[in-house]
Amino acid sequence: MNRTYELMFIVRPDMAEEDQDKLISTLETAVTSTGGQVKSVERMGKRHLAYMVRRFRDGIYVLLTVEGSGGLIHELERRLRVTEPVIKFLTVRIDEEQKRLDKIKAIRDARRKTSAAPAAVAGEAAGETPAATA
Amino acid sequence: MADENAPTATASAEIPSRPERPAGDRPDRGERPDRGGRSFRPGGPGGGRGEGGPGGRKYFRRKKVCKFCVEKIEAINYKDIRLLAQFVAESGKIVPRRLTGVCTPHQRRLSTAIKQARNIALLPFAGRAS
Repeated sequence: MNRTYELMFIVRPDMAEEDQDKLISTLETAVTSTGGQVKSVERMGKRHLAYMVRRFRDGIYVLLTVEGSGGLIHELERRLRVTEPVIKFLTVRIDEEQKRLDKIKAIRDARRKTSAAPAAVAGEAAGETPAATA
Repeated sequence: MADENAPTATASAEIPSRPERPAGDRPDRGERPDRGGRSFRPGGPGGGRGEGGPGGRKYFRRKKVCKFCVEKIEAINYKDIRLLAQFVAESGKIVPRRLTGVCTPHQRRLSTAIKQARNIALLPFAGRAS
């Protein structure tokens, strides 16, 4: 129950601000009622689309990061599909990717720490030997 | 006299089955192996990448390195289209890794990210990226 998903959807550009808020709050209540958790909501604003979608050239992008089960996403996508202003959506699972990135970061940090300690020791030794020879 | 010669001269140049034809008129089948080795087959003479000295081929391809490995970019997200657009051709196609020098695991992730971006209308399927 700790899968993290990123749900990006595009809303038609002529949608009013309060309607967007209403839609997002509907989705949020759906998330919390199913036992999930909304991590973040990011409105990316109006963007030009790379191709025409349902005869629109622009769209308002919204990014929703959600933590929950697969059934929750099923429910969210069902809602988005019937919602008329939403013209496109994409869900990506990001917890595995995040785990991999954290692991790499941990390895890099550990490597940096261990390389810092011998470097200090080597610095001291190098400082001593030239002085001894000189 | 001049009128008689002129038509026959042009006729002999046009009829392809004539045995005597100047070298310049020959079809470029003879020229293509020379030209094709340079531009049409990048894998062949580009194999001079591994050779140390000139083994008959004067030119070589400089070593292509994977941009992601060098700059240690781990996360290839579908959202940063500026990064992704570097690996997409003018026509919108994904550029093969033998041209960009990307290593295989990164090319796979890059390809998935580009396809995700295409699905969410951040990159086009075909045509110039606006």
